[in-house]
Amino acid sequence: MSRIEQLSRREFLQRTGKAGGGLVLALTLTSACQPGREDAADASVVAPNVYVNVRDDGVVEIYCHRSEMGQGIRTCLPQIIADEMEANWDRIKLIQALGDEKYGDQNTDGSTSIRQQFDLLRTAGASAREMLIAAAAATWGVPAADCVAREHAIHHAASGKSAGFGDLVSAAADMDVPEDVSFKSPDEYRYIGKSMDIIDGFAMTTGQANYGIDTVLPDMLYASIERCPAVGGTVKSLDDTATKSIAGVTAVLQLPDATSPPLFNPLGGVAVLAENTWAAQQGREALDIEWDYGANAEYDSASYREKLMQTSRDAGRSVLNRGDVEVAFGDAATIHEAEYFAPHLSQAPMEPPAAAARMTDDGGCEVWACTQDPQSAQQTVAGVLGIDKSKVKVNVTLLGGAFGRKSKPDFIAEAAWLAKEAGHPVKVTWTREDDIRHGYLHSVSAQCIKAGLDADGNTTAWRHCTAFPSIGSTFDATATGPSAGELGLGFVDNPYAIPNMRLEAGDATAHLRIGWLRSVCNVYHAFANCSFVDELAYLAGADPKDYLLRLLGPPRHVDPTAEGAEYGNYGQGLDTHPIDTGRIAAVVEEVADMAGWGRELPPGHGLGIAVHRSFLTTVGTVAEVSVSDAGKLVVHELWTAIDAGTVINPDRVKAQMEGAGIFGMSLALHGEITAKGGAVVEGNYDSYPVVRMNEAPAAINVHIMDVDAPPGGVGEPGVPPVAPAIVNAYFAATGNRVRELPLRNAGLA
Amino acid sequence: MAFDLTINGQSISLDVDPQMPLLWALRDVVGLTGTKFGCGKALCGACNVNVDGQVVRSCMFPVSAAAGKNVTTIESLSEQGDHPVQVAWRKLNVPQCGYCQSGQIISAAALLERNPNPSDADIDNAMSGNICRCGTYTRIRAAIHRAAEDRS
Repeated sequence: MSRIEQLSRREFLQRTGKAGGGLVLALTLTSACQPGREDAADASVVAPNVYVNVRDDGVVEIYCHRSEMGQGIRTCLPQIIADEMEANWDRIKLIQALGDEKYGDQNTDGSTSIRQQFDLLRTAGASAREMLIAAAAATWGVPAADCVAREHAIHHAASGKSAGFGDLVSAAADMDVPEDVSFKSPDEYRYIGKSMDIIDGFAMTTGQANYGIDTVLPDMLYASIERCPAVGGTVKSLDDTATKSIAGVTAVLQLPDATSPPLFNPLGGVAVLAENTWAAQQGREALDIEWDYGANAEYDSASYREKLMQTSRDAGRSVLNRGDVEVAFGDAATIHEAEYFAPHLSQAPMEPPAAAARMTDDGGCEVWACTQDPQSAQQTVAGVLGIDKSKVKVNVTLLGGAFGRKSKPDFIAEAAWLAKEAGHPVKVTWTREDDIRHGYLHSVSAQCIKAGLDADGNTTAWRHCTAFPSIGSTFDATATGPSAGELGLGFVDNPYAIPNMRLEAGDATAHLRIGWLRSVCNVYHAFANCSFVDELAYLAGADPKDYLLRLLGPPRHVDPTAEGAEYGNYGQGLDTHPIDTGRIAAVVEEVADMAGWGRELPPGHGLGIAVHRSFLTTVGTVAEVSVSDAGKLVVHELWTAIDAGTVINPDRVKAQMEGAGIFGMSLALHGEITAKGGAVVEGNYDSYPVVRMNEAPAAINVHIMDVDAPPGGVGEPGVPPVAPAIVNAYFAATGNRVRELPLRNAGLA
Repeated sequence: MAFDLTINGQSISLDVDPQMPLLWALRDVVGLTGTKFGCGKALCGACNVNVDGQVVRSCMFPVSAAAGKNVTTIESLSEQGDHPVQVAWRKLNVPQCGYCQSGQIISAAALLERNPNPSDADIDNAMSGNICRCGTYTRIRAAIHRAAEDRS
């Protein structure tokens, strides 16, 4: 797991300095864990550092080096550090960290913040605690082992002496960073496992919370950018006469062309700079641009779909093989085959991409941005400006939602480039149409699954081929197929105890920028897997929950690498985070109990169940649905059980499961991005609808499994089982099977 | 052309394009950034403000239409941030990313003004113009009921 890299006293002071009036405690923590993001060109393996300042007024400053986008990290991260430190919650001050490699991996995606950094954060808190204990012991001339930290102070029972953290700062500055620290036992936790209120609650309910879009700088200009409808297209001709006659418009600037591969670079286009956002948008409307659509001009979703479906039917590249499926198909009493399709999706966070930038006197650049990955922003901005990344200062604001979109800093690089060219601070604000048409979209996918059943209804053979354009295409123009990292997201980690299995991947070319969306490939892999299991249950004449448990088989640890698959287990070990079918089955039993599986339902209602492990966490979902008189699907209620191992803040875990229920419903019912002539057709929440209050279930019930295991991810794993649970419930209610998302296309939403 | 209006109790004269949406006047000219941009097409409710007692979507509401009127934004829904809706939102930890919540709270406060004890169906009707991509809807429903109890 992690180790502390011991710093010499001199290095310690050199790296951190002694802050005025306070002790800066620095820890360099190295993790054996690999970053969760496996497809990035700049995949960093640098491990995190965590900083704690103890001020001599007793205030403990905690730096949050991860981005807050609704998952609650600004509350959970200090919970861990303060707990180990024995700091009082009302005496901590949270500071949002700048982008800086000294913090290690800051990329807030892959649901990694807790699962990969729990021990590191505990170490940060425990080390601070031990230094304060050592300081007190030295001051009092007593053994450190006889001193304890409690309630923001160090106590020595025998002498009755106590000293507050702030009073020990001066003495603690002379103490060595402890070589070994021990963690509290769970029965000693004060904040870990407690539902602390969110730290930003007051700011968020009074309009005082600052997001990237809210940045205001002196002399700032506001920019709106017209981009080519097709990725990689260029400006053929530009007439900005009408634009320049609009009051408030100050400049029109043509950005450099998009790169191939796209990386995180700006898409090119024409920027209008103005004294306010409205004037910039009006000026942009008045631009007269003729585009050369470039290499992706022919991209058409309808024809692409046919090609992709055919790819999934054909034999693909084998990525996991067990037994002999062909022989087993020959021996099977029943053969069943099904095809699944899911479209491109847009993350569509409520705050569209927005960033502000200003050039600094030393030739550097300072940006303020709603970024999931401030170091990636540093690097991309540095590249666009041709300066060293050490000269790029990235201030991380709150993120008004992100869902993967804001791990790509293209919009920040736009602001930086424009600030340099305009000689003014600039804020770039994407419109909703920009966001939906020019983002990094979730991949379109096609899958074909074939199973053989014996006379008793047991599944004896399973052949599954998945085909989708890879996120790798964003970083490598020659990438043509699913990467091992992507196939590790709900595909090769198939948990079913089926004696003969062959998993295959089919190649596909990308024509839009492809990127991460909350739970990534798990969305479509879980949709196909969990739907198909439900189909097999009915075919076998079994109850879907019972059949699911039958397929999961006896409790055991599944290791895809033992059967030839390349599998990264989200960057963590299969020893600490196994694919444990016993734990998966327990989640199934729990969620079925919660939903009253098997109970008599109102006429026309159906229950559907799905379970999926992703990001080292297992989530089971049951949906209760019916079809309204108007023929629309109604989701009455959702039940979710989650095994995320140790959880830090149960209420935030519940909130993530509630949100995942709605996010999953949105993609199940409505979500679809299509392209025609190279251009994305949808543009706003009318053509790309998401679930609203009137469609929200009456209740989303969440149960957190009490499991003594290391933490798994939380932000993403709630999403994958939702769509298949709904589709399975729809089948239970009506006998109709839908194998394509969204259900809107079947007239159901 | 200048327009006189009252924003959060203060008389303000705005010399802007008459067609400029109130949203951008509030955010870029007046400097009140609590009201959010989400769609620009009156589809999501992130920009909701209160104009003479009515909830309007400020992204499609021209400044000229607000002339002579009283505009209330999230910043002055209450003096201390203690409107029953705001308090209930915090009690139930409604916000996730928080971005849409200014608009949600403006809509919820207006709902309780005209219907002090709304049913779930009333809430669904009143709040379906406000999108929350994080999916806080079930908590919003519960928080509106809580605020209704606290007011009575």
